[in-house]
Amino acid sequence: MVKSFPGGIHPPYRKEATSALAIERMNPPKTVAIPLQQHIGSRCDPLVAVGDRVLMGQKIGDSSAPISAPVHSSVSGKVTAIEQRPHPNGRTVLSVVIANDFQDEMVALMPAPKLEQLTAEQLTALIREAGIVGMGGGGFPTHAKLKPPQGVVLDAVLLNGAECEPYLTTDHRVMLEWSADVVYGLRCLMKAARVEKGYIGIEVNKPDAIEALKAEAKDYSSIEIVSLAVKYPQGAEIQLIDACLGRKVPSGKLPLHVGVVVNNVHTAQAVAKSLRTGVPSIERVITVAGNCMERPGNLLVRVGTTFADILADRGLKCEPYKLISGGPMMGIAMYSADVAVCKCTSGILALSKDEATYRIPGNCVRCAKCVDVCPMLLHPTFIAQYAERGMMERAEEYGAVDCRECGACTYVCPVNLPLTQHIRLAKSDIYAKRK
Amino acid sequence: MEIKRLAVSSSPHLHSGDSVQSAMLHVLIALAPAAAFAVYHFGLHVLFVLLTGMAVAIAAEALILRLVKKPMTAIRDGSAAVTGLLLAMNLPAGIPLWTITIGAGLAIGIGKHVFGGLGHNPFNPALVARAILLVSWPERMTAWVGPMLISAATPLSEFRTSRIVPAYGDLLFGFKAGSIGEIAVFLLLLGGAYLIYRRIIDWKIPVSFIGTVALLTYILPAREQSSYFAGNPLFHVLSGGLVLGAFFMATDWTTSPVTKRGRVIMGVGCGILTSVIRLYGGMPEGVSYAILIMNGLTPLIDRYTLGSRSGAR
Repeated sequence: MVKSFPGGIHPPYRKEATSALAIERMNPPKTVAIPLQQHIGSRCDPLVAVGDRVLMGQKIGDSSAPISAPVHSSVSGKVTAIEQRPHPNGRTVLSVVIANDFQDEMVALMPAPKLEQLTAEQLTALIREAGIVGMGGGGFPTHAKLKPPQGVVLDAVLLNGAECEPYLTTDHRVMLEWSADVVYGLRCLMKAARVEKGYIGIEVNKPDAIEALKAEAKDYSSIEIVSLAVKYPQGAEIQLIDACLGRKVPSGKLPLHVGVVVNNVHTAQAVAKSLRTGVPSIERVITVAGNCMERPGNLLVRVGTTFADILADRGLKCEPYKLISGGPMMGIAMYSADVAVCKCTSGILALSKDEATYRIPGNCVRCAKCVDVCPMLLHPTFIAQYAERGMMERAEEYGAVDCRECGACTYVCPVNLPLTQHIRLAKSDIYAKRK
Repeated sequence: MEIKRLAVSSSPHLHSGDSVQSAMLHVLIALAPAAAFAVYHFGLHVLFVLLTGMAVAIAAEALILRLVKKPMTAIRDGSAAVTGLLLAMNLPAGIPLWTITIGAGLAIGIGKHVFGGLGHNPFNPALVARAILLVSWPERMTAWVGPMLISAATPLSEFRTSRIVPAYGDLLFGFKAGSIGEIAVFLLLLGGAYLIYRRIIDWKIPVSFIGTVALLTYILPAREQSSYFAGNPLFHVLSGGLVLGAFFMATDWTTSPVTKRGRVIMGVGCGILTSVIRLYGGMPEGVSYAILIMNGLTPLIDRYTLGSRSGAR
């Protein structure tokens, strides 16, 4: 049976351009700019200095904070600068710029022993050292999810293979081509989180991925592949947990409060690969698509490759109106192509004007479409109108902080109100006051 | 290729393409069969009434937009045409063209723009105009006619005096006297289903409205009756303006509740008021007043049904 959640929308998926294209390895660029923050949490301090020669896989940044993840060099070469560079999050972040010597000289690697010989603590430590963070877009350090706070009992690891964002086919290709790593990664995460059950939720528009993972997981009775309805935002954590396990995450709580750790399938694959080979998280698959792309595709790129290098490699047909990091529903519009790919960059979209037209907002006509589609069962128009008028207490009262910013309300609004943007404003204001 | 300029905005970067204009077009499509049947049933005069209603409403909208210096582009949303058409469909077939002209002007002026235009009016503009016309020219507004504009009683008023129930087929397919747009119940149901399929309206209001009327007219005894559970719900559902009102008037975006629970309260409230007016009131029909009263309660309904989340968690 196909599982789902209340609310949601059916945007045009536009995955045909890349869903059948195998993952291609992109030639490494002349220079990489590796951000020292590619995750939620504390920024890393650089461990190298300008002029140093670094090896591929060498740790170049780390932090002692509990919520952080180290970063590693994705090429071998010379550090030419450690400076502020534009980041996919819209700000600038201290980044290590490395001139590639194209030797791909690896640091001395030590593949991990077999899964059976590792304890949960050892696994979690290895995942941290490999710099693994959420690769679906969130970028939360994976090791930090595996250590629940006192009093919380975990019982399941849920892998997110829904990939409900239009255009993106990254997770689809990872599940299809590297299904063994995905399942092995899930088993590692289950052992590290000390849980018995593992689930992989996949939208039914990826039947080949469902088949591949079912075949791969057939020997493990503790792993279940869940077929999910094709509906946005099926891959949002709370909706995914609702659909796969029927558990409702209460307002203000995290998935771990209902006993679940959610990870992206690409994250699981990265865990498996790191443990298998010893190579830390220094490359990832991204979908490159949009009307302006000459050759769309699914590329395996080194972390730190700039968007400009990728666009030059794949060619542009026209000047993009918007350049998006991530998917078109929740991705961030870039102001510059000089931003670098992070561990959490799932795609680069070069959208033409007719794909992402700006529409002039009108006034609310109370059609309630936003209420019908909100997967969090909020009343977006009320929250947005209070936020617009600076009445943040009322916005908070109506559940502004429960909003996950999926954008479904803005997508359906017949008068083009920027509802998500207003609610974001309310959230940042409310969080600032709470601090 | 060099990138010179990039547009930056908050996500999402896609839009459904839905607009007020596309919604109003769907409403016009949904109303068209019932309107066409009325022209066939009553005669060509009805066509002029419908066209006058729409044309005057659009002209009034244009004039007011100009007077209040709002962008004329608002005329393109089609909401004025829908208001004009709905008003015309709520009038008797023999209505003179000057009456609908005044009515359409009132609907747009008093019903809509004095409150600030689309999205701000508390009451359904077409029903506001109908109510004003009804108290201003009560004889003309209740001069019901059949085919060829020959005088005839509506099934509801006939039932009041003689307790005669017409054939259900005639009630369903529209071979009866009544307002222009209310007679073709079957075609209105098709139009309503189309709007639900297109997600322009939510099923909750029409279903709870019609369901409540069916239930109450079955349970409650009409005047001069004493037994409970002896009513004729099918007759009440198929008669008068119930189907037109439930699918096309009570579901008006602006004047009905935004919350999901509120929409059910709206429908049930409309149903209770309609049933009480029909069974015990001074008038044979009560759909339009029921909707207007519930329009007035809509802000309160919204307020008391807005939880921090709408209740499912």
